[in-house]
This record gives sequence, C-alpha cells and structure tokens, in this order.
Amino acid sequence: MNTVYSINGPVVKVKDTVDFSMLEMVYVGVKRLVGEVISINSDETTIQVYESTTGLKPGEPVTGSGMPMSATLGPGILSNIFDGIERPLKRIEEISGAFITEGADVSSLDTEKKYSVKVKVKTGDMLIGGDIYAVCPETPVIEHRCMLSPNLSGEVVWIAEDGDHTINDVVVKIKKSDGEIEELTLCQKWPIKQSRPFKTRLPINKPLITGQRVIDTILPIAKGGTAAVPGGFGTGKTMTQHQLAKWCDADIIVYIGCGERGNEMTQVLEEFSELVDPRTGKALTDRTVLIANTSNMPVAAREASIYTGITLAEYYRDMGYHIAIMADSTSRWAEALREISGRLEEMPAEEGFPAYLPSRISEFYERAGYVENLNGSEGSVSIIGAVSPQGSDFSEPVTQNTKRFVRCFWALDKSLAYARHYPAINWNDSYSEYMDDLSNYYEEKVNRDFLKYRQEITKILHEETQLMEIVKLIGSDVLPEDQKLVIEIARAVRVGFLQQNAYHKDDTYVPLEKQFLMMGAILNLYEQSKKAVTAGVSVRDILKTGLFERIIRMKYDIPNDKPDMFRLLNVEVEQGLKKLTQEVLAV
Amino acid sequence: MSLQYVGLKEINGPLVVIDNVDNVAYDEVVNIRLEDGSIRIGRVVEISGKRAVLQVFEGTKGLSLKNTKTSFLGRPMEMPLSPELLGRVFSGAGKPIDGLGEIFPEKTADINGNPLNPVSRTYPRNYINTGISSIDALMTLIRGQKLPIFSGSGLSHNKLAVQIVRQAKIAEENGQGFAVVFAAMGVKNDVADYFRRSFEESGVLQRVVMFLNLSNDPIIERILTPRCALTAAEYLAFEKNMHILVILTDMTSYAEAVREFSSSKGEIPGRKGYPGYLYSDLASIYERAGVINGSDGSITQIPILTMPNDDITHPVPDLTGYITEGQIVLDRGLEQSGIYPPISVLPSLSRLMKDGIGENYTRGDHSAVANQLFASYAKVSDARALASVIGEDELSELDKAYMHFGKMFEKYFVTQREDENRSIDETLDLGWNLLSLLPESALDRIDENMLKEKYNPNAAELFS
Repeated sequence: MNTVYSINGPVVKVKDTVDFSMLEMVYVGVKRLVGEVISINSDETTIQVYESTTGLKPGEPVTGSGMPMSATLGPGILSNIFDGIERPLKRIEEISGAFITEGADVSSLDTEKKYSVKVKVKTGDMLIGGDIYAVCPETPVIEHRCMLSPNLSGEVVWIAEDGDHTINDVVVKIKKSDGEIEELTLCQKWPIKQSRPFKTRLPINKPLITGQRVIDTILPIAKGGTAAVPGGFGTGKTMTQHQLAKWCDADIIVYIGCGERGNEMTQVLEEFSELVDPRTGKALTDRTVLIANTSNMPVAAREASIYTGITLAEYYRDMGYHIAIMADSTSRWAEALREISGRLEEMPAEEGFPAYLPSRISEFYERAGYVENLNGSEGSVSIIGAVSPQGSDFSEPVTQNTKRFVRCFWALDKSLAYARHYPAINWNDSYSEYMDDLSNYYEEKVNRDFLKYRQEITKILHEETQLMEIVKLIGSDVLPEDQKLVIEIARAVRVGFLQQNAYHKDDTYVPLEKQFLMMGAILNLYEQSKKAVTAGVSVRDILKTGLFERIIRMKYDIPNDKPDMFRLLNVEVEQGLKKLTQEVLAV
Repeated sequence: MSLQYVGLKEINGPLVVIDNVDNVAYDEVVNIRLEDGSIRIGRVVEISGKRAVLQVFEGTKGLSLKNTKTSFLGRPMEMPLSPELLGRVFSGAGKPIDGLGEIFPEKTADINGNPLNPVSRTYPRNYINTGISSIDALMTLIRGQKLPIFSGSGLSHNKLAVQIVRQAKIAEENGQGFAVVFAAMGVKNDVADYFRRSFEESGVLQRVVMFLNLSNDPIIERILTPRCALTAAEYLAFEKNMHILVILTDMTSYAEAVREFSSSKGEIPGRKGYPGYLYSDLASIYERAGVINGSDGSITQIPILTMPNDDITHPVPDLTGYITEGQIVLDRGLEQSGIYPPISVLPSLSRLMKDGIGENYTRGDHSAVANQLFASYAKVSDARALASVIGEDELSELDKAYMHFGKMFEKYFVTQREDENRSIDETLDLGWNLLSLLPESALDRIDENMLKEKYNPNAAELFS
C-alpha cells in the first residue's frame, strides 16, 4: 500500500512507488481527499491535494483512481453550481452545512433525476466519436445531446426505449471493432487538462454581441474569440463580466469564479435566477453553469477550476452550441500556480511565477475557437478572462503574458472608475484585433455605414485626447471654436455613447441597430454644429440650445424598440441649429 | 496524548525541527515544555517522514536542543467558545489575559475555520447607518460586508473606527444583539488602550471581545490573532444570531508577521518579500465575513491597515483591495488641512452599496446623488490641477464653480465632528444642496424629473 510520506500545505509526497501515472487523480488519507499527481521520479511522487490537509498524517493510505482528473459530462450540468473540481455545492451544503468540510464524496451530477430521453440511433447504425445517440431536455431552453466519446466507435447493437432515464441508465450498446460491447449511458468522463477534439477550426467572422456599446462598436469580440479584461481593484472587472454574462448572445454561459469573493458568487446566483433571458423568456440560470472556487477555498482546486470550466464549455460546444466563458479572475489562477510551484521548490521566473506560466496561459486561451465538430455541427467557445494586475501595474507577468495570447484587450481605467464612468474601458489603451474579421458582418447585417461611423467616432476621441494635452496646460477657453467643438462633441461621445448604465432598463442592453443610430445622431449633431460654427456661431451659444444634453440623454429617452424616434431627433437637431444660425447672423 | 519527545533537532527563528516522531498530523498543536517548566504552544507546519517542523507562537527564545519536551495534542489549534466571551480580553493566541480565569466552553472550534459555501451565503443588503456622511452617502457600509480602512501612519483611522462602532450601535435597535470583536495585531499598547477606553465611554465594553497582540508580543502569535477573533465572531454571529462588527488593526503588521514566518521557513518570496500565498492567506481572513442562510446574525469586518509610505499599490493594501468589498481611503492631504474624517472620496468605494441603497433601504434618490457627487468631485480635481498651472482667476466660469463646490463639499460634507451623527436624510439633503452650487446642466447623472424636484437654486446662500 502507498502511504503519505511528507506534507507541506496542499503538497503531499509518497515515497518509493511506481504505481501512479502523471496527472492521475488520487485519494489521499483516510478522509479520501481528492488530489492529483503532479510530478514523479524514482524516489518520490508528488501530489497536490484539492482540499485542506489539516489533520493528515504520514502513513495514511494513498490510492490511485487509474484515470486523470476528469469532469463528469452529462445532463444536470446547467443551472448548477460546482466547486473547482466539479462537486455540486448545493449537495455539499446538504451534507455538511454552511461550511465546507473535507472529504465530501459526492457525485458531480444528480444520479436520481430522470430525464425524458429520445434515442436518436437504431440498431445497425455505425457510430463514430462525436455522434449524437440520444437527446433529452436538460433545461427548458437547452436540449442535451449525448455524444459518443471521441475515442470510441462501433455498431449499435441495442437501444433502450424512449422515456425517463437517469444519467447512469444504459441507453445504447455498441459493438466496437474488437468485438467488445460498450454500454453508453447519458454521461461520460473527460480529463479536464486535455482539450476535446474537433474536426476543424472555422474562420472567425461573427461577433459575440454583448449589447455594450463600447465593446460591440469600438472593441468587438468575435464568437470563438478571446478577450482579457485587466483592471485594478474597483475598476469594474466583475461588473463588466456580469453584464456580458447576462446579455451576450451565446447559448450557454460558463461563469468561473476563480479565487474571488464569496458574496460575488452569491450575487451571480441570486441575480441570474431572477433575471429573465430576453431571448428565451426563461430564467437566465437555465443556460448558465457556475463554477465557484472562492478565495478562501483550497488553492489547488482553484487551479483546477479553470480547466473544469473550459472542459464543460467544450462539451456543450461539441453539441453545436455557442459558449461564452467568463473567468474571474485568471490572475488568481496564476497565483495558484505560483503557490504550488513555490511549495514544489521550483526555480521561479518573474516575480516568483513559475517559468511555465506563459505556456499555461496560452494553452488555456487556445482552447477557445469557432469549430466544426466531429459530428458536423458548428459551435464556439469564447473566453473572456479578467486579469487583476498587482498594484494596477499592467507590466506585471500575468497581464503581459495574457496580452500575448488574446486578441481583444479591454483595459479598465482607474480614473474613469473614479469618475464613475462605467464600463471603465479606456478607449486609448484597449484594442481589438477582430474588427477586420467582423467588418463583413457589420456592413451586411447592421448597416453599410457602420464602419465609417465607427471610424469617425474613434477619430473624435483621438482628437480629444490630443487636445486635452493642451487644455490641461492652458485651459479650454483659449482654443479656437472648431476645437472647442471637438471637445464638446467628444464629451457627447463619452457620456452619451461610451458610458452605459447597467441599472437602466433600456440602457443595460442596447441592440446593434440602436448603437448605430446613436452614432448617427452624434455625428449629425457634429456635422450641423460644424456648419453653424463655420457660419460664425460660438460653441457657447450652441451649448445653450440644450441639444448636446438632448443627445447625451438619448440613451434613456429613446426606448430600444422605437428606433424611428432617432429620425425626429436628427431633424430637431438640424432645425435647432439652423434657427440658431439665423438668429446669430441676424444680430 | 501523553507521549513526550525529549530534545529537538534544530532551531531556526520561530521554527523548530524535531526528529523521530510518529503519528503526527499536519497542523496539529504541540505543547513545548522548556527546561524551566514554562510551556509554549506551537503548530506542525511541515512533516516529512519522521521529521516534523514546528512553528512556535511565543518565539524560540530560551529553547535548547536538549531538555526540551514536546508533546503532540492530536488536534488543530482550537478556541474555546461560549457566550461568556463578551466583555473578556484575550491574548493573540486566544488565552484569557484579564485575570478572570478560563472560559467554560460550550464548544471548541478549529481557529482556521472552514470555507463558507457560496451557496449558503445570503447576499448582504441591509445597510448600517454609521452617521458619517461620506460613508453613508458614498460608500455605504452593508451588514455582512468587509470594508477596510486604508490609512497611513499618523492618520485618524482609530478615531474613525471608534466613531463607526459608537454610531453603528445606536442604529442597531438600541444595541440589542450587537457586539464588537476587536483584534489588535502589532499595535502599540496606548492604541489598544484608546480603543478600550472609547468602548467603555460609549457603553459597549460589555459587548466587546478583545484579542490583543501588541507590538512587543511574539510575532508568530500575530498570525493566530485574527483567526481566533473570527472564530469567536463566527460563533457569536451564526450560532448566537448576533450582529458582529469585527475590527482588525493593523493588517499590515499581520502581513509582516506572515512574511517573517515565510522567510524563516525558507520559502520563495514574491513581491516585496511577501510570500506568494499572501493573497490566499488574507482571503482566508477577510472571507470570514457575511450573512448565511438560516441565521439572523452577521459578521461585518472593518480591517484597518496602514499603507507603508502611503502607497496604495503596496502588496498589502493592493491584495486587500482585491478581496474586500471596497475600501475607505484616508488621505494625508485632507488630514493636514484639518479635515476629519480625512476620507478621500474618489478612490473609496463600497461594492455592495448598489444593492443596499434606494427605495426600501435608504432613499429613492440615493444612488443618483451619490453618482453625481462622485462625478462632480472628480471634475474638481481636474479644475484644481488646471488652476495650479494657470491660476484660479483664469479659469472658466464652470471650472470656478467646480472649485467652489469642491471646497464646500470638503468643508460641509466630508468634515464632521467626532460626535456628530447625521441621519441619512440630512446627509442626502446636504448632498443636494451642494450639487445645487453647480449649474443644472452640469448635473448629467441625474434624471431630469428628479433634478427639477430637488435642485435648490438658493443653495449658494446656505454655504456663504
């Protein structure tokens, strides 16, 4: 029997054994704590334990499970909340109460619940990996499709009758090429650190529509894309992630609370179950899965939570769904790597982080993508990872390495957050490389002029940034009128367009069409004001008309379902400024 | 367990290595008997085969390799708990030091606690009226929140904490079910004494549990202090259904103790020498706040920390800010211009505020006023920066209005007497009057109708 030799925090060593394989899941001690083998040499095997090791003694048994750390995949994942190693927290609460104790041995999915299963194959069918053999309604909005594990293939020799089955009931039997019979239930296992295979990657050309203007219009992300949201504390990372989780047009949301606050997870739980999904009319939780490994839960499970989350996402992608993953925050995950690496006494690279940090980060983000699945369906996994840079310093290793592997960078800014400008995404420091891939979509599906308008809006913001350098030194009064106008119109862009109120019923989600019309209204105001200024009207007089305030308030005044009102607004602006010009010229 | 091991293998800082031990568990408590008969307490921090590394809380001074007797107690560090805790004073390691004898425990609990299941939490929504305008209006404290005070040496954080305790108590239904757990880590004796006296003066002393690890007490004991305090708090809150306000001061000293311990263990240091797990370690303290389903009690934490060199990016305030639900930042500039409480409004924040204010909690216009005050005050700093370059006279009319607003805001809104307890209505009305010093068009965060109703064109007279 293998026994514990040494214990140092979550790191446990076993001496003189050859029984374990790398990344194998093991049970440690009499409490059967879950652990994973992370290094092996002829002398000793090192295990990281996903639970607190308090009370563990040398000499307690260590048993292998014969397989790598795996996630259980099957119906029952959605609307559930798991810890980092896919244990259902509600079930744990029933067993151990409000505080989580060690060694809680619970199955990931509800084994008693019956699903109304329809078998999709008949005897004699040849199946290959990825083929769907049965479906069942998992929640009112998502159909669960049970797929043959990618490593299997064979001929169907038996099928169960349609009807109510639990996840462990055999619904199909196949005969593999070696003649062996494989029984298929509604669930399967998959190692969390290995990405699930697909047929081929498809080009990325559809946006993930979020309803957030600064993202959709200025810094878009594509379905299957990757984005990082870095920002110091209090800049609204979590808020941004919550908004995206609520509103983005993915079919399924995987929300990973990795080393963050317990109350935040509670908030997500409460809010999402109350919120009605605008597209389905059902609760948002019906298409959401939460993975909560809060900052005070064991650190090794925090490392695993990211992999568990993406494995669940890939599984649903294989069914042909579009998934968005919110990982809040990847810095805590990197810190978990650092902590374990420190306990292993590995040679540190930058700031104590292990040298393999960049490769781990890139492995994670590379699991995103828009793909054609083995069964021919299309699906995507988009990753939006929050980064919490130490000391709000974007030059620290996690931010820098993340920047190399994502194509969308939404930098949150302290000074914007201080001014309560939310989302506090700084338009100068952020970038999105997806605009070119998505230009066709915007031009065809929204409006031919979309990109042109966007270009003009960003130009105004850029000009403002340059002018502000001067204003900071000498004040705005000395600027010529046309430049004063740029400053004012840029304010309209910032306050009226970029700033968005998550608590306002219309403003919390804005469809692309309205975003476009809003840009149009601002540019129209700019155009007409420029005419007036050229004719000799002062910017001060234009401001007195209150038209700028009208434009700034249009996000509240014009409901999302009444785009026609923009025409009236544009006419009002045009006539208002014409009248003003005539009055001024008459004097 | 009566088995005693005689002799040690190695002594290094607060760590002791002992060889040839059997049946020792990770995190177990040990009693170490010195040659002179005195007993020290330690904990197992690493085991490797028959070799165990122990951390001695009271330090290793006077320990010798020979003649030291060690016995393992077979349980993790525990704290005796009973309702009698109230009004008592303990050492940093949870031993009574007020001369009133031992506690008769109703139960004991592991001081490390277990992580709270996120599913079992209730999202905190009830606000605590602290009677301090800047906190109530702009960074509302919610029952069950962890809201630290980021301060610097020499600033009036202690005074502020005492005022919060005194005034929060009044709001809590005449103090019924309200108690304070106070943990001092590495603070000077007179600071601890100041707290004690202030609690006494405001009549809450009988409802305070004090844990004192003063600056001359053993450093390693400091690592236990907040854990003992929070174990007591969890017991009182979740088993006795009380509303507990936990004050932890000073978290920077605590983090330094962690650093000292880590370096003596030979661990790889992270930023500024603090260990890589400082975040997880701090989280295991701060996360022990909240409200849980099925209990009427709550734990609200107000940790105080001094930012070394007033640097908010120092690892301790930085990591704290990532864990806690906001922060109250004190500013030396304000303190020097005689403003009490010297709360720097812009970097301060309460994350739970948005759900705990408004119609059913404070007042319907609260969030609009708060947003506008923040946004307008942010403009004040721009105007001031400009004024310092071109002079105040050259500013535009609007910028001048901002300068005036800023001055009045600091003088009437932020500034408050130490014994002044403002109601939320007073605070919000004051906010409206101050905002009315600005032209109506500059108030772009407020709904038009609300603005019409509340804008006070005669405000200027109030602040002349």
